[in-house]
Amino acid sequence: MSGHASGYEPTSRWGKWWDERLPIFRLMHGSFVDFPTPRNLNYLWTFGGILTFCLVAQIVTGVVLAMHYQPSDTAAFNSIEHIRRDVNYGWMIRNMHAVGASMFFFAVYVHIFRGLYYGSYKAPREVLWILGVIILLVMMATAFMGYTLPWGQMSFWGVTVITNLFSALDTIINGLGTAIVEWLWGGYSVSGVTLNRFFSLHYLLPFVLAGIVGLHIWALHVAGQNNPTGLDLKEPTDSVPMHPYATSKDAVGLFAFLILYAWFIFFLPDYLGHADNYIEADPLVTPPHIVPEWYFLPFYAILRAFTSSFLGIPLGQYAKLCGVVAMFSAVLIIAFAPWLDTSRVRSAKYRPIFKWFFWFFLFTCLALGYLGSKPAEGVYVTWAQIFTVCYFLYFLVVMPVVGLIETPSKLPRSITDAVLGKGSAPLPKGAAAAPEVR
Amino acid sequence: MKARFAQSLGASLALVMSAGIAVAAEAGHEAHIERQPWAFSGFTGQFDKAQLQRGFQVYKEVCAACHGLKRLYFRNLVQPGGPEFPEEAVKKLAAEWPNQITDGPNDQGKMFERPALLSDPIRGPYHNDQEARAAQNGALPPDLTLIARARNVERNPSWWVHPFLMLGDILQSYQEGGADYVYALLTGFEETPPAGFELAEGKYYNKVFPGHQISMPPPLSDGVVTYQDGTPAKAENYARDVVAFLSWAADPSLDQRKRIGWQVILYLIVTTVLLYFGKRRIWSAVKH
Repeated sequence: MSGHASGYEPTSRWGKWWDERLPIFRLMHGSFVDFPTPRNLNYLWTFGGILTFCLVAQIVTGVVLAMHYQPSDTAAFNSIEHIRRDVNYGWMIRNMHAVGASMFFFAVYVHIFRGLYYGSYKAPREVLWILGVIILLVMMATAFMGYTLPWGQMSFWGVTVITNLFSALDTIINGLGTAIVEWLWGGYSVSGVTLNRFFSLHYLLPFVLAGIVGLHIWALHVAGQNNPTGLDLKEPTDSVPMHPYATSKDAVGLFAFLILYAWFIFFLPDYLGHADNYIEADPLVTPPHIVPEWYFLPFYAILRAFTSSFLGIPLGQYAKLCGVVAMFSAVLIIAFAPWLDTSRVRSAKYRPIFKWFFWFFLFTCLALGYLGSKPAEGVYVTWAQIFTVCYFLYFLVVMPVVGLIETPSKLPRSITDAVLGKGSAPLPKGAAAAPEVR
Repeated sequence: MKARFAQSLGASLALVMSAGIAVAAEAGHEAHIERQPWAFSGFTGQFDKAQLQRGFQVYKEVCAACHGLKRLYFRNLVQPGGPEFPEEAVKKLAAEWPNQITDGPNDQGKMFERPALLSDPIRGPYHNDQEARAAQNGALPPDLTLIARARNVERNPSWWVHPFLMLGDILQSYQEGGADYVYALLTGFEETPPAGFELAEGKYYNKVFPGHQISMPPPLSDGVVTYQDGTPAKAENYARDVVAFLSWAADPSLDQRKRIGWQVILYLIVTTVLLYFGKRRIWSAVKH
């Protein structure tokens, strides 16, 4: 699975027998035991393992929920209540799955921002990065369809709003958008038919996700992990074997993350959801504010920033189309980061100007999230438009231009030098004298 | 005792976070909805059995005239973590419940009405929404099983306060917005609407209801229910007790959930600390 040759030596007869027929233990050993891991990884690098856990947890809890759930417009809402009330520990499984979706997105956003800060998207990790963006897209589709399944008011109206987005294509080819929307719905409105097919896809997509995650990890093990300095592994002292070093750190990170996860499962299971989703779907009653789950809010803000005019530019009938295009572009543009960023220095740690833009970009995303939760009116729209521009400027202007004009600070010669404080920083007492025990 | 301490510690932490900004938080265009000191709120809160029993009495004697509890079954009134009425009493209650169960078809192919059993839902007076609307002048009395979860208090703090309020909520594990809202609604009726407010025929003025016009007449007034346990027969007490009961109806596993939650959190904290020291030992020879 990697460019690194596995140091696996079967000792037992049984081990040798297997190794000659299917060297799967050799593969595992090379990928997850003696795989060289940069010695300077911080806790932000534990989120890869955390995300793997999240995917597995969602699949396991989801399979159990599907044993009790009924995907029909008359039975779905009742079956969720049946799970909460009558299934043994059903409330726990259901909370794990619902809160799990939020935790999955929390972890994936940390993971992405970590990649953006330390330049993990740059060569030779472009394919790894693009696979990551595809994972994000599939995750979003899965979460969106999953949110329909409880068949509450927000489920129903959320699907109605989001699937209706495709009707914006009518402004390009008359009738195309409507045809697509009706094809998605399986009828002339969102109904039990829609719910049924979304359930089918919601069950399918996580396994697709698992496959892409496999490719993501494969690509990671070919290029090797990035690290806080952004430097390549150059000398043997730059890395430590994955086990027990990275694994022990991953375990700490995962369990700390589980504390947060459990806090929400047991004490705040409904905090991240919307109260309206405890009202059964009613096609005749529209909720006053339709909002998606928190993890979609920044993208929702971008979608709604395109009203009849955008910062003074009249959009007319194309407003909706522009919003839809902007929203999808906001995700897709992340995939182009490897080519948009012109700096050859990976880590923002050594990029004095870019660093500030990064933090401002993080603020932009949080601001968009806040604005997405507010009604699309008055000053909120103007701010959403301003921050939408900021969002795209980060990729389209900051990344190419800052890379050209910025003088990076002095890079350490190697990871080992950075860790031992050689180079730019003064030598800590006794550092050079301490022999490396590995 | 320990739990109380932990809760007050969390609460004071959250207070420090939001101190001084709480006033700025409510840029109130709607009536302010107070947070109530629920026995079941926060990460150590549990339902008060006596309160749930009183709350059920209020439901039965007042609310049940119009509202059903269709997702709650008579058997639930017996189970642990709820009002825990004796089984015999609930069997009797079910048998005497005025809204009987439609069952059938019988040998003649006819549907028939029969008294409720433990295994039956707590039905309201109407068979369907249409019947309810016809009887209530077009208004629909909602089923109350999930009402405490299906409502929330909307707050509109200024943007910079928002994250601190959220952090405060998370640290205190506050998710009782629905209960606060229903309590505020039940106690938010005013006999005379503010000057200049046009109240439609057959509507009542309520401070917290969206639009302030509600079809439900003020349901609670002092003395309408006689408590057995000496709790003063005050409208606020009725409201508080019935909201506690409805909160249980909406989330019957709360007690068990929080009990297991503490065991899980404790296990995770201990394991995390152990793993951390294990990790430090493993890495002790490698500068990183």
